[in-house]
This record gives sequence, C-alpha cells and structure tokens, in this order.
Amino acid sequence: MAEPAAPRAARLFAGLLLVGLALVPVLASLLGQPFWVTLFTRILIFSLAAMGLNLVLGFGAMVSFGHAMYIGIGAYAVGILSYHGIDSGFVQLAVALGVGALVALAVGAICLRTSGMAFIMITLAFAQMLFFLAVSLREYGGDDGMQLKARSQFGLLDLNNATLLYYVAYALLLAVLYGFWRLVHSRFGMVLRGCRSNERRMGSMGFPTLRYKLSAYVISALVCVLAGMLMANLTRFVAPSYMAWTVSGELIVMIVLGGLGTLIGPIAGATALLLVEEGLSSLKLGIPWLDTLVNQHWLALIGIFIVLVVLVLKQGIYGWLAARKA
Amino acid sequence: MTTGLFFTQLLNGLQLGVLLFLLSAGLTLVFGIMNVVNLAHGSLYMMGAYFAAAAFNAFDGSFLAAALVAVPGTLLLGLLIERIVLANLYQRDHLDQVLATFGLILFFNEVVRFVWGPASVYMNVPQWLSGTINLFGLPYPAYRFAIIAVGLLVGLGLYALINRTRVGMLIRAGASNPDMVSALGVNIRGLNTLVFGLGAALAGLAGLMAGPIVSVQAGMGEPVLILTLVVIVTGGIGSIRGAFYGALIVGIVDTVGRAFLPTLLRELLDRSVAQAVGPAIASMLIYLLMAAVLALKPQGLFPVKHG
Repeated sequence: MAEPAAPRAARLFAGLLLVGLALVPVLASLLGQPFWVTLFTRILIFSLAAMGLNLVLGFGAMVSFGHAMYIGIGAYAVGILSYHGIDSGFVQLAVALGVGALVALAVGAICLRTSGMAFIMITLAFAQMLFFLAVSLREYGGDDGMQLKARSQFGLLDLNNATLLYYVAYALLLAVLYGFWRLVHSRFGMVLRGCRSNERRMGSMGFPTLRYKLSAYVISALVCVLAGMLMANLTRFVAPSYMAWTVSGELIVMIVLGGLGTLIGPIAGATALLLVEEGLSSLKLGIPWLDTLVNQHWLALIGIFIVLVVLVLKQGIYGWLAARKA
Repeated sequence: MTTGLFFTQLLNGLQLGVLLFLLSAGLTLVFGIMNVVNLAHGSLYMMGAYFAAAAFNAFDGSFLAAALVAVPGTLLLGLLIERIVLANLYQRDHLDQVLATFGLILFFNEVVRFVWGPASVYMNVPQWLSGTINLFGLPYPAYRFAIIAVGLLVGLGLYALINRTRVGMLIRAGASNPDMVSALGVNIRGLNTLVFGLGAALAGLAGLMAGPIVSVQAGMGEPVLILTLVVIVTGGIGSIRGAFYGALIVGIVDTVGRAFLPTLLRELLDRSVAQAVGPAIASMLIYLLMAAVLALKPQGLFPVKHG
C-alpha cells in the first residue's frame, strides 16, 4: 500500500497518467478538438472528488454513499452567491469551505455513530435530504437548476478561459494529491489506516478513533466541495442533479475501478469511467441500428460494466499494477 | 384544516407506509440473513410495476392477470439476479455489493426504457375497486383502502411465517448465526434463495399495488428504494417488526408533513418565509427523523436482539 515502494509498472503508469493529463489542452489545440478540454476538465473535477472520497472510503473504510452532496454544496455556494451579485472567488471559496466544513462536521458526527451498512444508508439519506432541499429552493431554480451570471472572479485568473480553468483544476488536483500523500503517510494517516484494519484495537491503544475518523471525513468532504466549485465554474450552471445519489454511486465506481485505497487509483478510475461513458454515448461503428441502440442505452452497458468490474477486477486498474511483483 | 382532511391524509400516509413495508420487509430479511445489501430491490419493484402494467393492458384490464404475471415474474427475476450476481458476493464486503447492485439499477432502468419506451406506462385502477368506500362517514378511494388491507394482511402472514412455522424458525436462526445453522445440517444456500425469492415477490407485489396510483416509468424505483432504506435504518436493520413500524412511521410522517407543515408554518412565520421554507422542511422531514433516531439510538428503534 505504501506509495514509494510501488512497483515500477505502477509508478510508470502514474507518471504517464499525470503527464498525459497535463498535455491535454496542448494536444486538443494541436488536433483542433477544443471539446476535449471541457471533457477532460470534467474528468479532473471528478478525479478530485473521487480522491476526496477515497480518503474515507479507501484509507478509512468508511463507505460514504453521500459525497455528492459536498459537490452540491460547492456548486450551490458559487451559484447562490453569484445570484446575489457576489462574484468574488475568494468570498465564494471561504463561504463554500466554511459551510462545507460545518455540514460535514454535523453530518459526520451523526453518521459515525453507526458503522457498516447503517453508515452507508445514513450518508445516502443525508445526501438525499440536501438534494430535496435544493429541489425546493424555487428562488434558485428548484428542480431545473439555474444559470450562473458569471464565473468566479479570482483577481487576475480569468476562469472564462477554458485552458486556464483546466490548469487550475489540474493544479488543484496535484496539490491535493501531494497533500494526501503527506497525509496518508503521516501519523494521522497511520491511525486512519489502523482504524481500517481494526478500530477496536486502535481504540484500546488509546487513540480517540472517532476524532480521527471525523477529521478525515471533514477533509474528504472539503475536497469534494472544491470539486463542486470547479464544476459550477465549468458548466456555468448549478442544479440538484449534481448531488443526485447516482453521482455518489459513480464516485464509488471510479474509486473501485481505479484502485481502492491508492492515491492514483481514483484519478485512473475517473478517467477510465468518464472516457468509457463518452465513448459509448457517441460510439460510431458504422452499423446504424447498433450505433443508435448503444448511443441511447449506453447506461445499460455501463451497468453491466460496473457489475463485471466488481466481480472480476477486484483491485482496480492501478491496484492491480501496484499489487504485481516488481 | 378539517378533521376529515386530516384523517384522509392519515390514511394516505398509512397506505404509503404499507407499500414501504412490502419493500422493506424483503430488503431487511435479505440483509438480516444473508448480510447482503441489495440496492436493486427498487429495480425489482419497478419491474413488478412494469410487468403488472403490461399484463393489465394486454389482457384488457384484468387485475388478476396483472397479479399473476407481476408477482411470479418478479420472483423469477429476483432468483435470477441472486444466482448470477449476488451469490458471488456473499463473502465480499458491503462496498462490492453496493456497487454491483448499483450497476444493476442502471442496467434495469435502461432495459425498461428499451422495452417499454421512455414515456411512462399507465395502468388503471380495476373496475371493481374504482369507487370510494365509506369509512365512518369519510369517503375514501376503495383501491387505496385495498392497498392498506393487502399490506396489513401480508404483515400478518409474515408474522405467522416467521414466528409460527419451521421455516420461519430456520430463518430466524439463520439471521442470528448462519454458520451454526449450516453446521446443524440445514441447507443455508436453499434458505438464502427462499428468502431472496420471498423478498423479490414482495417487491413485485408492491409494484403491482402501486402501479395504478403512480406513473410507471424508468427510475421509479430509486426514490422508493431510498425511502425503504430510511425505513429499515429507522426501524433497525434486519428486524421485520422494525420494518413494519418504521414503514408506518415514515409513511405517515412524510404524507402528513407534506400536507400540513406548510400551512402550519404559515401560522407561525412570515408568509414569504413560510412559503419558501415550508415545502423544503416538509420534504426533509423523514430524513430529519432518521437522523434524530440514529443520533439517539444508533441501532434503530426496534433492533434485533442477538444472543
């Protein structure tokens, strides 16, 4: 599990993935495919959110099925503040992180009283609660969501520039990746991983396990809040569908697909899943009836794909590379 | 707010409650005995409703035909899912089960879109239940009353099955210690299949009963699934008794809250504030209830007693 000792293939894969992601805007403009930048910004944003969730899911063994709600908090913080004419990105950032931290503290404190199955369900229920709250906010678009008047203003950083937005997301991803690498290998991370293996033993060794798990929960939620802010800025649109429970499910799929409890895994999983989705929904094989069938009903194939991933590919893409003997 | 209206809403809540009970009884049994979480339970409910609507329209409005197709059809589908997917996941952790059944939900939603089209399918209330009945001077739709009756009968039947028969004894034993039951020579594999089939058939029954009063469409299972999860967490995971009371509480709190909370808030708060906040709080009410229950009693209201 320790990242520095990962075999060469895994390190090579991680390096290639990160360098490849850095080159996307360049390749897109060389090949005249500006759409790629938008697609890959989405991939980066979901990678970020999946990485956040992986801190509790992979390293803490807390299966949260409600992390989409923090994406929603980030997105709605941008949306609601912008609706009231507050475009300053710094204010939006502060409000989003503040609200996100408060909600995560309260929700986490209640959810962590339970464990196992009940934890999965109660996190899901809280996310649904927030989803319905957003649906009932008629002033902010209700069910349909609302268009943002302007993107967040961060001084000289002009997020209207798609390439710049891409690199902002990329820089955030790298920063979180580095932060998590330090975190997971710190004493805090050791305690968290200890709780994953045997929480009762950690407790009897004198660690206040609840405090550690709650801190991890809040940190992971805040990373998802950041992802939500980026999402609102990418689409210039916020809607309750950002925190639909299927989004929480997809985040888990990304993590498991990439490699549970690895740092690179969520990025690999998010990239793979979103590319497969994109590929299926715009598949052109040249057989008209098959193409329309797949393009309309690609979610059915994703469903089968997920079942197969669970049944066959137990460690995920990166997890498989990392587990191989060097 | 009149007393009559209040009782009508109370009955509507009861009707939602028994529907939720049909679903949560199956889910909680499957969880309690096999330690498996099956998110595709909502899909079984959806398939039940589609089977019912298709049969109802094919056999020009025969509710009996709808019942004869929907319940056994869902049962078979449930057994198929158990064999192909879930049987491979019994030994895996909850995360894998959640994911695989999440994949199944996506799959079934697209299957019904493919077979029955993206628009919703309609199914009428059967002729002989289309009127209203008189409950102590209160007119109430006969069909909704029939749902309540069916739900309560199923509840009684389950109670008798679990507490009064040999199979029920094995089910209870399997829930508290599957390894020991298996060591005593009981075919735990067969027991699992039986319980899963029972749960699937109940989900199909819920789909059949809900068919005429909701719009049958892809994705109709998810909101109901989430309510069902709220029910079994509130009631206590694995407990049929908890599922029953939890379902009634959730059904009544949700319906009555939605009907009266906005009006009530208008009395207390400023009109514009109440208009904005009322529906929001009403739709969050059951989740608040569940959070409160879990904060005070993490095991749920009626936990299963072990040992």
